[in-house]
Amino acid sequence: MERTIFTKFLFRNPSILIFLGVLSVVCIAVTILGEGFGIGIISTSFIKTLGKTLCLCMIAIAMDLVWGFCGILSLGHFAFFGLGGYMIGMWLMFARTKMIVMQASVNAALPLTPAEISDAVGIQIFGVVGGSDIPVIWSFADMFWAQIALVVLVPGLVAFVFGWLAFRSRVNGVYLSILTQAMTLALSLYLFQNDSGLRGNNGLSGLQNIPGLDDVPQSLLSISFFLASAFALAVVYIIATAVTKSKLGNIIEGIRDNEARVRFLGYNVESYKLFIFVMTAIIAAVAGALYYPQAGIINPAELAPIASIYLAVWVAIGGRGRVYGAVIGAAFVSLLSSYFTGGQAPDIPLGFGTIRWTEWWLVLLGFSFVLVTLYAPKGIGGLVDRLPRLGGR
Amino acid sequence: MIRFFVRLFLLSLSIAIALPAMAQSDFEEVLSRNSKLIQKSSSKTVGPVLEELQNFGSNAAENFLYNWKDKALYFIKDTGQFVYVASFPVSADGKKSAVLRHVETGEALGEVLASTIKQVKPNSGVRAKIAAAMVPFQLASDDAELRAASLAALSRDFQSSHLLPLKKAIEVETLPDLKEQMKRAYIFGVIGYGRDNAEIETAIYSLEGDLSLDVRAALNPLLVSQVLVAKQLPEDVNLARIIIPEKTIKHDDGSAGRQSLMMSSEYELSLAASYDLMAAAGLAPPFITPDMRNKILIAATVDGRIAGIPVASLASEESRNQAYQALVDNGTAPPMVGEAERQKAVASAVFYAVYDNPSAEVTGAARTVLKSINVRVGIYKFLDLVLDGLSLASIYFLAAIGLAITFGVMRVINMAHGEFIMMGAYTGYVIQLFIPNYTLSIIVALPAAFIITFLAGVVMERLVIRHLYKRPLETLLATFGISIALQQIAKNIFGTQARPLTSPAWLDGAFVVNDILSISNIRIAIFCLGLLFLGLLVFVMKRTRFGLDTRAVTQNPAMAASMGINPDRINMLTFGFGSGIAGIAGVAIGLFSKVTSELGSDYIVQSFMTVVVGGVGNIWGTLAGAAMIGSLQKGIEWFNPSNTLAAQTYMIIFIILFIQFRPRGIIALKGRAAEE
Amino acid sequence: MSNLLYVDNISVSFDGFKAINCLSFEIGFAEMRAIIGPNGAGKTTFMDIVTGKTRPDSGAVRWGDAGSSLLRKSEAQIAQLGIGRKFQKPTTFETQSVYDNLLMALSNKRSPFSVLTYARNKVDEAQISQIASQINLQESLSRLAGELSHGQKQWLEIGMLLAQDPQLLLVDEPAAGMTAPERAVTVTLLKELARTRSVIVVEHDMEFIRQLECRVTVLHEGAVLAEGSLDFVTRNQDVIDVYLGR
Repeated sequence: MERTIFTKFLFRNPSILIFLGVLSVVCIAVTILGEGFGIGIISTSFIKTLGKTLCLCMIAIAMDLVWGFCGILSLGHFAFFGLGGYMIGMWLMFARTKMIVMQASVNAALPLTPAEISDAVGIQIFGVVGGSDIPVIWSFADMFWAQIALVVLVPGLVAFVFGWLAFRSRVNGVYLSILTQAMTLALSLYLFQNDSGLRGNNGLSGLQNIPGLDDVPQSLLSISFFLASAFALAVVYIIATAVTKSKLGNIIEGIRDNEARVRFLGYNVESYKLFIFVMTAIIAAVAGALYYPQAGIINPAELAPIASIYLAVWVAIGGRGRVYGAVIGAAFVSLLSSYFTGGQAPDIPLGFGTIRWTEWWLVLLGFSFVLVTLYAPKGIGGLVDRLPRLGGR
Repeated sequence: MIRFFVRLFLLSLSIAIALPAMAQSDFEEVLSRNSKLIQKSSSKTVGPVLEELQNFGSNAAENFLYNWKDKALYFIKDTGQFVYVASFPVSADGKKSAVLRHVETGEALGEVLASTIKQVKPNSGVRAKIAAAMVPFQLASDDAELRAASLAALSRDFQSSHLLPLKKAIEVETLPDLKEQMKRAYIFGVIGYGRDNAEIETAIYSLEGDLSLDVRAALNPLLVSQVLVAKQLPEDVNLARIIIPEKTIKHDDGSAGRQSLMMSSEYELSLAASYDLMAAAGLAPPFITPDMRNKILIAATVDGRIAGIPVASLASEESRNQAYQALVDNGTAPPMVGEAERQKAVASAVFYAVYDNPSAEVTGAARTVLKSINVRVGIYKFLDLVLDGLSLASIYFLAAIGLAITFGVMRVINMAHGEFIMMGAYTGYVIQLFIPNYTLSIIVALPAAFIITFLAGVVMERLVIRHLYKRPLETLLATFGISIALQQIAKNIFGTQARPLTSPAWLDGAFVVNDILSISNIRIAIFCLGLLFLGLLVFVMKRTRFGLDTRAVTQNPAMAASMGINPDRINMLTFGFGSGIAGIAGVAIGLFSKVTSELGSDYIVQSFMTVVVGGVGNIWGTLAGAAMIGSLQKGIEWFNPSNTLAAQTYMIIFIILFIQFRPRGIIALKGRAAEE
Repeated sequence: MSNLLYVDNISVSFDGFKAINCLSFEIGFAEMRAIIGPNGAGKTTFMDIVTGKTRPDSGAVRWGDAGSSLLRKSEAQIAQLGIGRKFQKPTTFETQSVYDNLLMALSNKRSPFSVLTYARNKVDEAQISQIASQINLQESLSRLAGELSHGQKQWLEIGMLLAQDPQLLLVDEPAAGMTAPERAVTVTLLKELARTRSVIVVEHDMEFIRQLECRVTVLHEGAVLAEGSLDFVTRNQDVIDVYLGR
């Protein structure tokens, strides 16, 4: 029974099948060409870039749900992404530091007591910000599953509290955007403090090393994370499509188009917004939890409001109100960005000077964004619409 | 040649013989008694000599000190007699000799070979001491400048020996200003070095209400106290406070207090520290800390076992304690004091602090006076805080008002507003490159920044914003695109390092009220600029045609259009106007912070907050928002001064909560006009 | 006789302007009522208050036999109690199909979770097609609402109100912008609606109101000026002065 519903759902939404097909082809290709299992044409660092891009696609889908479908231009979803990263980072850093401490203590005169272990770990982790005690918020850092649960719970709770406050007071439109931006700024400023318990501007580092897997080479880890990210992206894509094609999808689009009307139909608009806000925050957090082990380091600058605005840029360029649009936008712009800012793009010599892409890429991005908003409000996804219709719309 | 030597030898011999033969004067007696200390002086040992010379108090003594300090004092190697040297003539055969003078009378003593005398070379520490010792002599000088200089020297390094000469100098001093200064120095002198408690007390009370830093610096040392422990509280001491471990806190004046919620202060003595005090005083056996226990355990390890217990099993506190107990039972380690015993011991003793100054009257007076001073200091600090908040508010007002105008009239959020601020600041910088006179360049920069950003705003409105009026969220994103582009362009042109925008000299100083309260001129200027803009804007909005049209468009664009107002034109001008003000704000902000391409983004969120909190479409609302955010930020910083980051965090959280209660800001439009 | 809606002595002012001034109003079960009044008489504000969009400064709004107060309730709660509202401008969800528009309005559970797990079923589909035939949009179920003509949008909106199954309908200028035949259909629709539920129609068009054949309440400056049959109020001198005789 379940299976038939699912199959029906898939056939009603061929975009999922197409997406899954493309994603699997990419996965197989990268696996074969990569270093870990394959022939090694694609470098490990590029596989990491690709894996990170998949995570960015995931958060872009979240952004699309909340903005493209529900009309809430959140400038705070990168905060949830970062929080997710911090939560997993705490476990990675704690567990690994503990292992190092234990290894170092083999030759100590006395075997370490639990208190001594935690002291040693504390000094290792917090010495850099002049602390040695392990803050309360690290209480679960030693328990993998608890910390995994926190990846979902902490950003979810922050989103819930913030969203409840903001939606309850009917903050709307640009006001809401500014408020979400303020929330992000507050969070990142808070994390910048040394006594925030998360190592201030040093952030958490060494996250690419997975505790207990010291012998596994990075090439294998990176391809594994890539595949895990791809799987997560597929799941998120299916969930997002399911949500948008459900009756809930109708209602959130209704909220986007005419909030008051939905209210007079008897729907509690606030709880719908809250639902979507929290759900997308959790998606963002999961994406972050997969992203930062591949990035290796997370610090408060990652949460800066500007990151969330870039997220909006990706979704706008990809095309709002379409799940695939978000994926295309995020993949396209972030890969292009890393191409241009990475210094690989050839400089353009002009008579009076040289255009260096590392310097002018942002200018180009900024203006092309203006152009997209002005002349192609549907983004790249708008082009897809001109192809023969794919979806059940 | 030989004759010459013989002559010299005879000469020196004759002096050496002649001098002792003469009756030794009192001064010479003082010198000869202290000759060793003077020849090889150190700042530690030179004190008594200087005091003796000072008390001797003759011109000769003053002269002696003067020469000593200037390294013009010599002594004869054989006899140790001190002499001055008038000159060092060089004889024809190249031998250097020295013409000597007497240290007291100054009369010529004849000529000796330079090698027979030695220069006294006081080190810098000694020279400083000598300088201080010369003070009383200089205080009595006829030269007013010298008197003032010596008073200054005296204030830097007061010594008890200065009190008497200073008192005398005050009596004869004729210049009223200098007399006042001397009196004040005398008061500080009495407080620091006086012997008569009654006099000290009077001196302390005479400082009541004086806010200067040196008063507090003079009084605070009187209230230094030492923490002690005893079985019973002694009676004959100047008790500062009784300390209850893990309960009482220490106040600055040495008294004890309770913890309060407002001020996070730690209690003074922890249980462990209290017990350690007892152990140090011999009132209790020493406490074996885990660290000491571990060391003893490690030392007792034999073949991986401690008293028969395998080391590998010692991975917990209990097992280590058991192993240690085994050592204690063996008699190879001192017994452990348990937690309960420690508490009991601490409870049985009295912990207290005693003032270093034994006189209760003096410490009492110091406490009373400090208390009254601190109350006033508190008031002024609060005033200072208010002024700080005010100047921050005026900065936010300047930064936000342009945004408020565009947002209020056009419902358009301009994310590039911060970059207009940055443009204004860079305009100021570029103009300073061409006009070196800082005053003139600022005068030119203000209108220039306005014009440039006005034009930029108009261009942006024509090219982008105009097409997006019906889509406010997309305006936000499009303007954000412009913002990143402009920021990067600025970075490409001016580089990433900060560029200076130097303020003219007359803006550098500060308006000083007292040691606590001073306002830098630049902040006053920005405050005035803020006021000026407020006035200007109110005038433009209420009294000009443009203002009337703008308000009409704000309230009802359709109606305004039907009345013959061209909303398109008004929108364009309003946007330019708002951007122009941002440019001027940029010049103002650039004056006190470095000009970088990120200058604007540092202020943009605060500007948004100001607009949102204040309420849209109202100058007074923006003013109220700026005032609230500015004072709030300073207020939170006051509670937690070490952490401005936390202050900003809490402020934003507060604003998010504030929006709950006033979603439309402090000053809100009501009714149908307010609805989208 | 018990009333469905009982509005007692409400006042509300915006920035000193009294939009509603001590207004009292009541309507019974299955009653049709027309409200007329010049611009600024407070008609829309009155509807805002009843539907919970605006809170009055003073007065009471009571609902149903139990007489429960509506003042502390949100728009959504009031709508769920059974007050439907049709706006002056047709406000359908233009990017969604007629079917989806009606489905959203259908009186099912309104919580996000029940909506998320909602599965299409025969009962609902039957109901939707029944409503669609009532509003003459049976053929257009799969079309986007944005593609409909103006009059069709008005009907769709009325259809959405039907799907909500309210006890009280607030209808703001239903005939605005309609062609004569469309008006006739609308009149029939409204009359049929009023057989099973109460309907309040706010309208300018006197001819349209005459066709409705119901009691009329005249508002002026935020208060009730006159009430009675259309002929009765049109003969009232006050009414002629402020409204009709202009």
